[in-house]
Amino acid sequence: MSGTLLNCGYVPLVDCAPLVIAKELGFAAQNGLALNLVKQPSWSALRDMLALGHLDAAQMLSPMPVAMSLGYGGLAARVDTLMVISVNGTVFGVSNALAEELGDVRFGDARALLACLAQRRGAPIRVGVPFHYSMHRLLLSYWISVAPDLAIEEVTVPPSRMADAVADGLVDAFWVGEPWGSVAVHKSVAHLKMTGRDVWQFAPEKVLAARHDWVRDNDETVGQLMRAVLLAAQWLDTPKNKPLAVEILARSEHLSMSSDLIDPAVSSHLVPYAKAPPIKVDRFVQFHRHASSFPWRSQAAWIAHQLGAGDAESASAKACFRSDLYRRHLSDIGADLPGASEKVEGALQYETAVASSRGHMILAPDAFFDGRTFDFGGLS
Amino acid sequence: MKSDLRILVVEPNPDRVREIVNALEAAGWSDVKALEQISALDRTVRDLSPDIVLIDLANPDRDTLEHISYATEASKRAVALFVDHTDDNLTKAALNAGVSAYVVDGLKMERIKAVLETAIARFEITRQLQSELDAAKQALEDRKTIDRAKGIIMRQRGLSEEEAYTLLRKTAMTQSRKVMDVAQALVTAADLLS
Repeated sequence: MSGTLLNCGYVPLVDCAPLVIAKELGFAAQNGLALNLVKQPSWSALRDMLALGHLDAAQMLSPMPVAMSLGYGGLAARVDTLMVISVNGTVFGVSNALAEELGDVRFGDARALLACLAQRRGAPIRVGVPFHYSMHRLLLSYWISVAPDLAIEEVTVPPSRMADAVADGLVDAFWVGEPWGSVAVHKSVAHLKMTGRDVWQFAPEKVLAARHDWVRDNDETVGQLMRAVLLAAQWLDTPKNKPLAVEILARSEHLSMSSDLIDPAVSSHLVPYAKAPPIKVDRFVQFHRHASSFPWRSQAAWIAHQLGAGDAESASAKACFRSDLYRRHLSDIGADLPGASEKVEGALQYETAVASSRGHMILAPDAFFDGRTFDFGGLS
Repeated sequence: MKSDLRILVVEPNPDRVREIVNALEAAGWSDVKALEQISALDRTVRDLSPDIVLIDLANPDRDTLEHISYATEASKRAVALFVDHTDDNLTKAALNAGVSAYVVDGLKMERIKAVLETAIARFEITRQLQSELDAAKQALEDRKTIDRAKGIIMRQRGLSEEEAYTLLRKTAMTQSRKVMDVAQALVTAADLLS
């Protein structure tokens, strides 16, 4: 490998694909970067390694840079989101026992599912999530907030142990990223009931993050990294490339598992329970289409708001999502740039054409299941 | 007074736990408990209310441990040691040894420093022993695979052992792969065809 050495932390999940592809298919090398991907055993470890300077950049759960910059939980540090690595791609599943209790609820019907769960009497439902500062946990709290009688206990379980946790009765339900939902189905221990996008249709899931100071001092490397990841994301959202993407992700140095378990997320066909026919989920994991990579400042504000931040903090959180860098580093490789850097989150019910630098930007729906909208435009 | 600190060690490997607990006890801390795995439902961590939790940096249970700590009342909340920048050398040493520590907020650095130094030393030794063991096991496995591959070549092509090995090495070199990988591919192919 030649070029500038860059140590980038990641957690082996399907949505780390843009980083893996940037390295394996040479998009990094082509941009003058020797990309060293460093696998991390937990999100806490990844956060510590980034904050303490052992990693230059990292894939993070989208709430992590916001939480760290606002000083919530664990280690505080000013961390920037350079771009969004993936949108959507999480699943909500329940144990076989709970699935039987719930009976027939249409897959993906967030309201009906919530109504069924709220009717249930007895002990709180224990829901496994991978990390406290995750989009999984934020979507879970947002979803159940409209059912005040529903008692939920949030339990943190490493994703690779989620299937066992539900099999052993440690949790009744889970919200997890792929491939771990499909793994639970493959082991016949759970039924998938909906995906994250049934609660929020366009939720930023993983982001590419780096320390604010490092970003300031390494402008050229930042540009190289962002270009490499954008090219990989473009490549990944091209349908004919998907089988190769699955094969590369399945390799032992990355996810190290059978490609059958990775394929559902990449091909957007989820098997909801053992031996069931697959269900096509539109816009499941998105890497590039519909400006998925663009770090909307309003997404950062929504995250801060859900984390319980006040107006002033939510406004300062906007600065963590560096749409300015995205514009500066990616316009010359042909990225289509939206006219605005903020939107009213939740306002789009349909695919909508918007003003952009190259004129072909169509934004995907970003509505919430309960129809609420969030306008952070007044905060600055 | 050393013995008034409650220490919890989270570690699945029983040999390693013994090493670390013994070392801490030998150095004068009497209240040392160990847990194999952390389950968020388990109340053990909360019930023990340790002053210090020691856990391998690479242990995936860390995320669960952190969450338990957020859910604990503020006065007893354990925070990751790395938050404290008062002793950067110690933080660095812990990171290099692969130890992460969670310490109840407000506990004075000088009280925990000795615990950490002991833990760091033990983690380093046990980690080194573990990686030596792993390396030895891997080497043995690799040799078995290479021996099998040599055997296959000797039988199929009527070569001597040395010639078979030379062929493996030459193939690996021209394809710029490792001898081990070529051997593995051959063994897998032979298994499929037999």
